[in-house]
Amino acid sequence: MTRNESPMSEHIVTAFTDELEHLSANLLRMGGLAEAMINDVSRAVMTYDLELARQVIKRDESIDELEAEAEKAIIRLIALRHPMAADLRAVLGAMKLAGDIERIGDLCKNIGKRCLELTGDENRAALKGIERMARAVSHQLQTALDAYLRQDVEASIKVLELDDDIDDHYTSFFRETLTYMMEDPRQIGSNTHLIFMAKNLERVGDHATNIAKAVYYMVTGETATGDHVEDRLKRTGGTS
Amino acid sequence: MDGNVEDFTETTTPRQAENMAEMIKVDCRNIDVFYDDKQAIFDVSLPIQDRAVTSLIGPSGCGKSTFLRCINRMNDTIEIAKVRGKIYMDGADINDHSIDPVLLRSRVGMVFQKPNPFPKSIYDNIAYGPRIHGLAAGKHELDGIVESALIKAGLWDEVKDRLTAPGTSLSGGQQQRLCIARAIAVSPEVILMDEPCSALDPIATARIEELIDELRERYCIVIVTHSMQQAARVSQRTAFFHLGKLVEYGDTERIFTNPEDSRTQDYITGRFG
Repeated sequence: MTRNESPMSEHIVTAFTDELEHLSANLLRMGGLAEAMINDVSRAVMTYDLELARQVIKRDESIDELEAEAEKAIIRLIALRHPMAADLRAVLGAMKLAGDIERIGDLCKNIGKRCLELTGDENRAALKGIERMARAVSHQLQTALDAYLRQDVEASIKVLELDDDIDDHYTSFFRETLTYMMEDPRQIGSNTHLIFMAKNLERVGDHATNIAKAVYYMVTGETATGDHVEDRLKRTGGTS
Repeated sequence: MDGNVEDFTETTTPRQAENMAEMIKVDCRNIDVFYDDKQAIFDVSLPIQDRAVTSLIGPSGCGKSTFLRCINRMNDTIEIAKVRGKIYMDGADINDHSIDPVLLRSRVGMVFQKPNPFPKSIYDNIAYGPRIHGLAAGKHELDGIVESALIKAGLWDEVKDRLTAPGTSLSGGQQQRLCIARAIAVSPEVILMDEPCSALDPIATARIEELIDELRERYCIVIVTHSMQQAARVSQRTAFFHLGKLVEYGDTERIFTNPEDSRTQDYITGRFG
């Protein structure tokens, strides 16, 4: 028996294929917006650019609109096309993706709002930490979206591995910031904002991980649990 | 056909024990069917579970109906059809010369695509089978059989006041349930259904599906259907046929969410070119 994990041929009903493609294009657009929000909000924090922060806050609305649109398309697909097997997994996966990307938008918006509370004379070292985390998270999201675009299981596993790094980043950032606060209690207010920002970025990483897990399920039909992923890595000889 | 005798002696007893463990009612092994020179079924082996619904799906002409008709030896009635391979029901070879095909068909009932009630009263439609098989000792017992079959088929309340009306006076969905009641009346063990809902509207279809789900507690049911949604709704096991071959057989849930074979995938997602 041949296992079909490669992109499939088209449906007999071409409108079905069109609708699925439209849906995934819509999700990738959402994903692209979210990625830009991470990068921009991190720049806004670094350069104390309040105008850019306000822009990022505003942009969350577009993501929400796209999510509503995707949800409508998904309900329509289920009601009218009765997707089965790989199509069913693609549609359910799309639903998860839409939800996760929407949450990423919310988290970036939240960072933007906190940015407006900063004073502009924050500890440079702590700001650097935020920038590093934002870069790592943005890379992780990009890898996850790429895995979705190419329906690439190996790439989705890579995303799961990247998440550990981000958790480490967060833990060390937290410790570092605590030290600054102990040294200089006047920094407590602004550094607390920075800690929440880092926490939000860490949450973004979790959503990117969810996206990767959804991709894993879409392509393989199996849940991305530790055992299953390890089995697969053994069979394919690792990700790198 | 060499090796068959050995096969038989070697496998009957252990096989029976195994059957009980797996609750296999009908075990089809290496079935080939020919119409003259043309081969319609190629080496199909399919163990069918008791007290479960097994659906056979596949594109038109894939052999699913031909295969279904092997199980009650309906292909015997076609002059040019030739069946090879073994079908064991409760461990006994149904094609053995000691088996009377008429008696076999009383154990293996069949329901067809179009409802085909006899041109008789509702009562006589049901009573016909038990009468010819001598299943009822008298009028009273026969009444009991008719009532119980109509109740099991979910038709009793609708027809109890007009049992003498012709069976053809019922609606399409009622006629199909009448045919199911007729099949049940002779106490079969297996019920074969060849697209039982394709001539019915969605409500009548839903009723038949509900009935199939109830009947599953008592019978081994095999259903051929063109509607994959129906297969997904009513069956526990699904077999996908293509070009006379069994491509994939497994739990319905798995077949419809994560099929192994790319041909199954293409068919159930509507991609067959």
